[in-house]
Amino acid sequence: MSAASDVIIVGGGLMGSSAALFLRGHGLSVTLLETDLIGRQASGTNFGNVRRQGRPIHQLPLANRAIDIWRRSRELLGADVEYLQSGHIRVCYRERPELVGSMEEYADKARAEGLDLELLSGNALRDKFPFFGADVLAGSYSATDGHANPRLAAPAFARAAERLGAVIHEHTKIVDAQKIGEDFVVSAADGRTFRAPILLVTAGAWGNALSSQFGEPVPIVPRGPNMSVTEPVPYAILPAVGVMTPVEEETVYFRQVARGNIVLGGSTRGPSFPDQYRAYVEPQNTVSQLKHIRRLAPALGKLNIIRVWSGIEGYLPDSQPVMGPSATTSGLYYAFGFSGSGFQIGPGVGETMAEIIAQGATDIPIAPYTIGRFAKG
Amino acid sequence: MADPRIIIVGAGPAGTRAAEACVQAGIRPIVLDEGRRDGGQIYRRQPDNFTRPYAKLYGTEAPRAQALHETFDGLKDRIDYRAETLVWNIADGHVRTATRTMESALPFDALLLCTGATDRLMPVKGWQFAGAYSLGGAQVALKSQAVSIGHKVVFMGSGPLLYLVASQYVQAGADVVAVLDTAPYSARIKALPDLLAVPSVLWNGVALTLALKRAGVMVRNSVKPLEILGNVEDGLSGIRFRVGAGAEQTIACDAVAMGHHLRPETQLADLARCAFAFDPVTRQWLPERDGDGRSSVAGVYLAGDGAKILGARSAEASGRLTALAALGDLGLPVDKGEMASLRGDVGTYAKFARGLATAFPWPAEQAGALPDEAILCRCEGVTAGDLRAVMRETGAKEANRAKAFSRVGMGRCQGRYCGLAAAELIAAQADIPVEQVGRLRGQAPVKPLNISIGDTDA
Repeated sequence: MSAASDVIIVGGGLMGSSAALFLRGHGLSVTLLETDLIGRQASGTNFGNVRRQGRPIHQLPLANRAIDIWRRSRELLGADVEYLQSGHIRVCYRERPELVGSMEEYADKARAEGLDLELLSGNALRDKFPFFGADVLAGSYSATDGHANPRLAAPAFARAAERLGAVIHEHTKIVDAQKIGEDFVVSAADGRTFRAPILLVTAGAWGNALSSQFGEPVPIVPRGPNMSVTEPVPYAILPAVGVMTPVEEETVYFRQVARGNIVLGGSTRGPSFPDQYRAYVEPQNTVSQLKHIRRLAPALGKLNIIRVWSGIEGYLPDSQPVMGPSATTSGLYYAFGFSGSGFQIGPGVGETMAEIIAQGATDIPIAPYTIGRFAKG
Repeated sequence: MADPRIIIVGAGPAGTRAAEACVQAGIRPIVLDEGRRDGGQIYRRQPDNFTRPYAKLYGTEAPRAQALHETFDGLKDRIDYRAETLVWNIADGHVRTATRTMESALPFDALLLCTGATDRLMPVKGWQFAGAYSLGGAQVALKSQAVSIGHKVVFMGSGPLLYLVASQYVQAGADVVAVLDTAPYSARIKALPDLLAVPSVLWNGVALTLALKRAGVMVRNSVKPLEILGNVEDGLSGIRFRVGAGAEQTIACDAVAMGHHLRPETQLADLARCAFAFDPVTRQWLPERDGDGRSSVAGVYLAGDGAKILGARSAEASGRLTALAALGDLGLPVDKGEMASLRGDVGTYAKFARGLATAFPWPAEQAGALPDEAILCRCEGVTAGDLRAVMRETGAKEANRAKAFSRVGMGRCQGRYCGLAAAELIAAQADIPVEQVGRLRGQAPVKPLNISIGDTDA
């Protein structure tokens, strides 16, 4: 006898956990199935940027929806996920002055979507952010972006969903999903089965294993973020900081948490191993990250890092997720493959997927994310 | 074929004897050590400009210390010795090292981890106040700099180091107010059959206790530590405790050295991806190894107290044994008879170590009984009550999960000093066996690593 509900969600990251919460808001019964523990991989190990700027313009409505949720997260979740709306600044280096034009162009388009960005250079930039190195030419500042604690976020969404009646099974590895008649039957490795007329796959790097069972394979590649954290120092850096550059190795970012530690991320991503449920930071990537952090903010060179970490993320070739209904199977929905950029939009994804499932439509543009773009022929 | 590349991490008793075996086999190993000088912790050498004699520094172990140091001095021209060098990560057959801001990737065919031990600490309310040291820290102050940690010093905890360091302080002329042992005296009687495996060390221990009593030091057994008194401004001022079920007592002091024997430094074995298993006798997770020191990872070997706490004498034997095993695995001729004899020696010390674990048990129940306001994780300032509240709110009862939600073990020591006690507290609160709590995953860097690493201009 299988456990039945209106919706089964496979994958307990930020997408699945927030979708569970918002589906309960629509009155649907929800069973959320997670292989390990809620939010332990991409959702829990990412940098924690709650950043709209830099996202594709077509994604800003989704990002705006998400920012509203982050702002009321404390009341919504009954928990503090350390969300700070303390700004985000994205800078470029002197050797790439053409990027200033790209920043201006982006700011114009973003303004039309409700995201105000302030371009800063010279003394204006250095007065406001004295920690930048001499190579930094200009920056685009978003006062209404910020950051939050990824370790806390997805579990807080899951607990809130559970309080509203969602059923959550951790340590439940799904090995098979089929549609039999009107229902999806989802089977766990230990033989338990779950049944529902709607299936939402939010399985991150593991998403392809399920979409393939419905004839929709996607070329997802598992990788891992390259993260470090310093010892705590007096809280002085408010915004999250990142570099705009076409060179992956130069793409570093940092933010200071209220406790005082500075979280460093970026430069080259490492390999990750979904089958073993482990991801490792390559030592060379740490060395490269620190080198580029010193260039961005030389004073950080005086500090020590006390820990590095990674997690399992799923990347798609165009860096855009799969999000929306299946092209082959009615009642089947996807939201996975966020390619290292899912944290900020996560709660918005959950709310949007719940809306699509409960109401059959959404005003949020999701066409760029259709799984059909990977169909052969 | 080129000479095999052997890297030894640690220049204490295990690392020194391992290096010696390599040199005797005609190999020039790389020896990496965090210390400024060789000797490790137990045989720590004093700075160059200090001239205290061996007998004063090492007491009954002076001949062993001297022999070890002389061996290392004799090897120096035949090994690639890199002092003040941190191994901060291990990956893809390379050891990553940091010497100040210089970073290197060193390839190896065999890696011998002789990483030694640190104090195993049980938090006591107030242990964050200035004046609270670990036993090892108290010993380093004396051995390295010839200073005492305070004017009136209490030694609290259990294990052989408790008595050894206390007696070293007495000999050095410090005012030792009391030795407060959490172990009941009866445990020592129970442990006698195992302790008799190495009668000379047992006798040293008995002699230490007698010498303390002769010196008029108050020695108490079955102590239940309640609180280290003091405040943030002035540091600690006394200890509140009970003996058995007796009435509460308070003694005044301005420093306390605390610890419950030792715990192996296993982070490098973890980074090398060695398998670990729970050891119910010491209630610690230890890297798995065969009788010769081979870990679960080909080419990675474990010796000395860094693999399991068996003591300095055992470390010398297992350092040599493990090096011989590595040399044999690399196709070099080794004396099988000597290896058998070393295995016998290590077995004897293992029996003795089991006796010590019985005689000086880890007071696991003390963690569960910590008052809510007591600080559990000193790096992050997390109290026992904070952790309990997180467990109630989130249901977390796995070590890494509890760390992610509460910050326990998230600071610069990565849980080396609070992790074992935190696991016991979680087990008590969740009413599950401590092995179910699991162990904190080790992450690079093993110690804080400067962001200027690899900066050639720094």
